[in-house]
Amino acid sequence: MEDMLFYDRMQFAFTITFHYLFPQLTMGLSLMIVYFKWKFLRTKLDIYNDAAKFWMKIFALNFAMGVVTGIPMEFQFGTNWAKFSELTGGIIGQTLAMEGMFSFFLESSFLGMFLFGEKLLGQKLHFLTGFLVFLGSWASGFLIIATHSWMQHPVGFEIVENGKFVLNNFSALFSNPWLWPSYIHNQLASLITAAFVVAAIGAFYILNNKHSEFGKLFVKTGVLFGLAASVLVAFPTGDWAAKNVVEHQPVTFAAMEGIFETVDGGSEIVLIGQPDTENKKLDNKIAVPNVLSFLTYQRWDAQIKGLNEFDEKDYPTNIPGLYYAYHIMVGLGTVFIALMFVAALQLWRKKLYKTKWILWALVFALPFPYIANTTGWYTAELGRQPWLVYNLMRTADGASPTVSAGNTLFTLLGFVGLYLLLGMLFLILVGKIINKGPETAKV
Amino acid sequence: MELFWYIVLMGMLGMYVVLDGYDFGAGIVHLFFAKKEKDKKAITSAIGPFWDANEVWLIASGGVLFFAFPTLYASSFSGFYLPLMMILWLLIFRAIGLELRGQVHNSLWESVWDKAFGISSLLLALFFGVALGNVVRGVNLGIVENGVSTHEAHYFFLPLWNATFSPTAEHLGIIDWFTLLLGVIGVVTLTIHGANWIIFKTNADLNEKLKKVIFRLNFVLLALVVVSLLVWHVIEPKPFHNFIETPWLWVFPVITFAGLSGLFNVKRFKKDGQGFLFSTLFLLGGFATTVASIFPNVLPSTNDVNPSLTIYNVAADSYGLTVGLNWFVIALILVIIYFVIQYRVFKGKMDDIGYGDH
Repeated sequence: MEDMLFYDRMQFAFTITFHYLFPQLTMGLSLMIVYFKWKFLRTKLDIYNDAAKFWMKIFALNFAMGVVTGIPMEFQFGTNWAKFSELTGGIIGQTLAMEGMFSFFLESSFLGMFLFGEKLLGQKLHFLTGFLVFLGSWASGFLIIATHSWMQHPVGFEIVENGKFVLNNFSALFSNPWLWPSYIHNQLASLITAAFVVAAIGAFYILNNKHSEFGKLFVKTGVLFGLAASVLVAFPTGDWAAKNVVEHQPVTFAAMEGIFETVDGGSEIVLIGQPDTENKKLDNKIAVPNVLSFLTYQRWDAQIKGLNEFDEKDYPTNIPGLYYAYHIMVGLGTVFIALMFVAALQLWRKKLYKTKWILWALVFALPFPYIANTTGWYTAELGRQPWLVYNLMRTADGASPTVSAGNTLFTLLGFVGLYLLLGMLFLILVGKIINKGPETAKV
Repeated sequence: MELFWYIVLMGMLGMYVVLDGYDFGAGIVHLFFAKKEKDKKAITSAIGPFWDANEVWLIASGGVLFFAFPTLYASSFSGFYLPLMMILWLLIFRAIGLELRGQVHNSLWESVWDKAFGISSLLLALFFGVALGNVVRGVNLGIVENGVSTHEAHYFFLPLWNATFSPTAEHLGIIDWFTLLLGVIGVVTLTIHGANWIIFKTNADLNEKLKKVIFRLNFVLLALVVVSLLVWHVIEPKPFHNFIETPWLWVFPVITFAGLSGLFNVKRFKKDGQGFLFSTLFLLGGFATTVASIFPNVLPSTNDVNPSLTIYNVAADSYGLTVGLNWFVIALILVIIYFVIQYRVFKGKMDDIGYGDH
């Protein structure tokens, strides 16, 4: 039983982590491509259309990866989490079915036209198809986060005698206080990934002295989008998300921040340190006094509940993992603001394209938004543990009753092998597209 | 309300069978009959802008199943664990075969992805037929051993096969001779269906040959259907009981045979779309006949201890089903609009509009 749950969790964690590497770029990049197309319609300058076309090639590959790795996600609710699906399907099935009906049909119907229909449709309609693909991908994110928010903070339901969660208020699913902060936070984070990718490829072209005109456009656009998104993801949206955790999941908040004990007179904010859950303390700690209290309640001496206030059986299952995930996300987020701020400053002084160290920093920054997005989601998901439906249904009670550990391990290994192949192919092919570079419209 | 959502779900699955069915069929034709590069290109361009949206009918059906019939979703997805995972892997292979083939211009690269696309299409057609076979044959709900349920009454688990490959064995497997028979019918049907689509949407040189292939395969299909009807009593002693009680249901088998017999005229059709129309009739009629034969069951029980799963004992609560109607109607209207736009933009022969040359 223990093994079974472990493999079920590993399989979900592995497949969702790999899957979300793609949609985060899809959602952010679709917005940036729509921006390039829009600039082209406004200015009639070919460089914007060529830029859009270049990013559409990467978008197409990335989108395909997102689709094929996304299908297993919807299947897994039933295959590996049958008991959870049975008991909550009447509720989370609503938002997941809506995703299929509202977003996947929209995306898939217009993607082909967007990718191959420029000549057939003309520029204005082509822009429209791009916008619809963008809309579809953002709608998909919204409905997934609506589902996620219900698991974090269940609303609009009652539990009937056989343990089933029955929906009694449909609109509550969308006015869930967890939903909007998480959604906006997540979409900005997705935009950060896209902005950093665009800026990194641009900086690479400038440094390489190839396609420099495109390089400059990519760096400029990436830095401006990146600066706006990096700031907004922290404040106010990250702050909203954290306040939701404080209010609705205080034990999670204590674990995230590494607060083992409640202290009077205000809590410190931990920057670095390793949680030692055996002895309930942080090793090698670097912390700033009272700041956590201020950030949380806007009072320097406000009391923050430590882990000691809660029952151990309700502790997040993996406290160190949760703590690190959260600290990596916040740490990287801070670095992103700093990097984009310096880059934007140099851009404003018209020196950015010659400031090599910043261009190099932009190139090497490429993987980090992916890490920040992933650890951000780990914070949310590890923070919800040991619950599937917060405070109401434990993860251990949600797995499929008849699927053995051996079968799950078999499919987990299958996914690992298959995704390794997919990942390699994706990198090789994207590398090829980047190496070839954008093509200029024939005059 | 349950009946309404059942009809919606079966309608969506029917759409899926018809639409992604021609994609799979195109893949099978690609694997066995397309030798020249030009024919291969015509085939992939015939499904190019459509296959992704076609596949969404499966995902969306899964979503509707999840929300309207959560117990059936949970029971069947966990019980058919391995074949579903394999279907997923095949769907992934098929999609990347289609998407990655054109990324590198190298004959070795192209032939690898051609095979990936063709073989996974073939296996998917087989698996979906086998899946339908499993649903009508039923499963050991509650995993009854010696007259006692070892699990909750609506859960089960099937291995891929058992030692005897028999649909009446005590320990059933996914693949037995009966489900395999339906799998083979699936492959033959979709090959015909895909060939019809290619004839409809392309000017490929291959089309004349495909008409002969369809003609011959149609005899095979007729024979297989007759065999399946002769052996059907093995899994269900009274396969026609629903049709006797509700005579209008005969319309489904009539449609099925109209489609099948119409296809024998394949060489004389005036319009290229006619064949596709007939294979669509056969597919929809066959699918409807099969699911109607077990109605209101959606997953029969093979033991006497636990009852079959019916649309009434697996459905969600009535509030959810009612409220779902509001968004579903809006969504369906939008889907129909997209569908019309999509098939109007890409109307006619795909090689005429130069799809795929970019």
